[in-house]
Amino acid sequence: MPHSLNHGDAETQRKINFSALSASSYPRRGLRLNRIFLWLLPLAFLAVFFFFPLSRILTLTLSPEALTAKNLPITVSALLFTFYQAFLSTLLTLLLGLPSAVLFARFDFRGKSLLRAITAIPFMLPTVVVAAAFNSLLGQRGLLNTITNFQLPITPSPFLLILLAHVFYNTTIVIRIAGTALSSLDPKLEQTARSLGADPLRVWTHVTLPLLRPSLLAASLLVFLFDFTSFGVILLLGGSQFATLEVEIYLQAVKFLNLPLAALLSALQLVCTLIFSLLYTKYATRNTQQLNPRSSATKPTTFQQKLFVFALCSLITVYFALPLLSLPVRSLFRLEADRGQRAQIQYGFTTDYYEELFINRRGSIFYVPPIRAAFNSLAYASATVLLSLLLGFPAAFALAKPTRLEKILDPLIMLPLGSSAVMLGLGFIITYGRWLTSPLLVPFAHTLVALPFVIRTLQPAIASIPQRLRDAASTLGASPLEVWKHIDLPILRRAALAAATFAFTISLGEFGATLLIARPEYPTIPVAIERFLSQPGGLNYGQAMAMATLLMLITTASILLIEKFRPPSAGDF
Amino acid sequence: MLELRHIFKTYEGKPLLNDISFTVNAGETLCLLGASGSGKSTLLRMIAGLETPDSGSILFNGMDLASTPPHLRDFGLVFQDYSLFPHLNVNENVAFGLRMRRLPPQEIAERVASSLKLVNMQGFERRRVTDLSGGEQQRVALARALAIRPRLLLFDEPLGALDKKLKDGLLEELRTILHRTQIPAIYVTHDQEEAFTIADRILILHEGRILREGAPADVWANPQSAYAAEFLGVGKVFDGVVMDGQNGKWKVSSEFGIFALDCGHEHSRGEKVHLLARLPKVQDEANVISGMVADVIFQQDRYKVTFDNGLFVYLDEPPKIGGQFAVRVRVECLS
Repeated sequence: MPHSLNHGDAETQRKINFSALSASSYPRRGLRLNRIFLWLLPLAFLAVFFFFPLSRILTLTLSPEALTAKNLPITVSALLFTFYQAFLSTLLTLLLGLPSAVLFARFDFRGKSLLRAITAIPFMLPTVVVAAAFNSLLGQRGLLNTITNFQLPITPSPFLLILLAHVFYNTTIVIRIAGTALSSLDPKLEQTARSLGADPLRVWTHVTLPLLRPSLLAASLLVFLFDFTSFGVILLLGGSQFATLEVEIYLQAVKFLNLPLAALLSALQLVCTLIFSLLYTKYATRNTQQLNPRSSATKPTTFQQKLFVFALCSLITVYFALPLLSLPVRSLFRLEADRGQRAQIQYGFTTDYYEELFINRRGSIFYVPPIRAAFNSLAYASATVLLSLLLGFPAAFALAKPTRLEKILDPLIMLPLGSSAVMLGLGFIITYGRWLTSPLLVPFAHTLVALPFVIRTLQPAIASIPQRLRDAASTLGASPLEVWKHIDLPILRRAALAAATFAFTISLGEFGATLLIARPEYPTIPVAIERFLSQPGGLNYGQAMAMATLLMLITTASILLIEKFRPPSAGDF
Repeated sequence: MLELRHIFKTYEGKPLLNDISFTVNAGETLCLLGASGSGKSTLLRMIAGLETPDSGSILFNGMDLASTPPHLRDFGLVFQDYSLFPHLNVNENVAFGLRMRRLPPQEIAERVASSLKLVNMQGFERRRVTDLSGGEQQRVALARALAIRPRLLLFDEPLGALDKKLKDGLLEELRTILHRTQIPAIYVTHDQEEAFTIADRILILHEGRILREGAPADVWANPQSAYAAEFLGVGKVFDGVVMDGQNGKWKVSSEFGIFALDCGHEHSRGEKVHLLARLPKVQDEANVISGMVADVIFQQDRYKVTFDNGLFVYLDEPPKIGGQFAVRVRVECLS
């Protein structure tokens, strides 16, 4: 899910957007020679690894093998199911998100910021971790089912798990967008309505909700977009019988080797996501005018308010904390028999699942000790960091003060964001299939996903260094080199670290593209988790939990690092 | 000390600065006064070495600065937005220029301390610059520029972002500091009150040319051009036609009536002139304007009294709105 960091990125931009301070720059016309050098690497990279594969996909889509009578029903049913699950997921997300937005925007209570932070965590987690977390709690072998000795009267269906995971992922979007709109509403409007004789319910339906409509629409569209392109959650929690477009692309490309159909599905999905993105942009820009950061939150006073706050806080705590806690717990307890060891099994605390990761067993699903996946992931992530900074820095420098021509290049560079990870992987398979034996392709794919985030983190930081700071340093006696060393570098260091951590985190968690192009002998952590989960036996399941716990810990550490290195808010700079 | 000779500069094909020449003498504060877009900031940036003129030369003590990069000019520059380095604290900001000069730590510490003392910011050394108020930030910026003991101080609308009260206070302090240190300074502003307070000499810049140059009192007493008179708010500027007269005494007609003009200039009959009406220094003026008072606006130390025909004068005592009123005015001609 390449979008899964979108929101964090928007926030980064907002936080480090202190361009109000930037000096008025003299607009430049055209591309000068040294600026062509800035663009050379990033554009060449995108041309080779994004636009060329994309053109191959589109060509394949238009080939006669794509539009066949056999392919059509698969396409239609995948499309319908994708819309169906995304619609349901969005609806449920709103159902939890809207009251939560009200809770955070209107009420003050103890532990509010902590609770808010908890709702935001899932958004940054890799899809495999979220899928594994829900599996560890509610799955067939999850805590709930095993503790009750498989005696649960009703087990949650895979479809319900998918919906729950989607809500888990995206509720924070509704809380942020609708919550911001809600707290920036002028409270005098509602007070006026009350004085005109409207009871609280009618104030809500006649004043508040209509005013919130654009932001609710924007939030819903964004949530819908994410649910629409969701891959890891659906594949890992549902399996192949829940074939959304994204899953079907993967199945057709990897399992059935029907590349024309995979291309057709990709093109279809690209069209859909582009439409939703455009709609979202339309409503989101309509929203940005609201600037009224004054908090209108109060302590709950009436009994109903207290009940509302208490009930919702409890629900949020349980819903968001339990899966994240149950994952490490499940990875440390043996609760069911491994394959072929029904007699002598010992239930209870165990570190076996972690120890197994270091052993290269014959007959295991890997050719290497599973922990190699962690090393591979770290190596890929490091390569991605290097590559994306190498490409991102020149592009960000050029875009910090773009000429008119370069402004056209900006959306072009961001375009990989709009296409799904699975589609990127498909493009690689179609175009560079014969090089798939090389592990080198993986960091290239990861860089494709990470590059927009890297550029979007660096660009505002570069643009925000007012020319006058450099001028001031210069008149104080700093030579051009000293200006770069004492002004640009220290200010950019934090942004560069944040960008690097972004790239690192994205690479670690990347699932869709990697699953398509990773060699079996070079698995990454997410790929290993997928393979463990798709195998029978308690040991495999336990190892999946252990791997997912490791990934969750690394990712959480990275998120904390990003927060630390991210340049502080506008006022601080 | 500083001398500008025939500076020309175009911006996007249009002339921005058109043959600018002036000098700044030792210990003198020169004020460049002009509306936005008059090219005054560009001029300042050229002196600092941040921009280059298309032609013309800038000399300091007779030496051409063309080949001297900004960091070797030893000119202190203070911006409107302070431009303090956000990643450095107050102490480090003020020390920046001294560190660039690789001075011994002992001397840096002494100079930072004395600069901060000069601007009344002792005790702020460890504070983050982003935690300071606008006025405090501007003091630090000033201390930073003073610490390098510049040969010349350049101010680009330094008080533009501050409120009136803070501005007045800082302006007086700045004046004292400039007098005490005897560092020559160029002060760019669009605010004539600021200019009159701080400047030993004023240059009014308009459309890339120097329109008027002189001591504040002279410029006020004799703005010379219609633009300068209007920009400074000396009085009402209007058009007139010379009817007759001789030897520097003329009769002129205008939409507000016929006035006697005693300017000592040679005019010809039928010549169009810009006229300025304001209160005379002595009360024996021949020109009287009268009419119904349309509006009276209180402006701190004076009243702007507008008659129903649109003519206005500045008075110390306000007449009643709607009443008939007559006042003697002096009419001057402007180029």
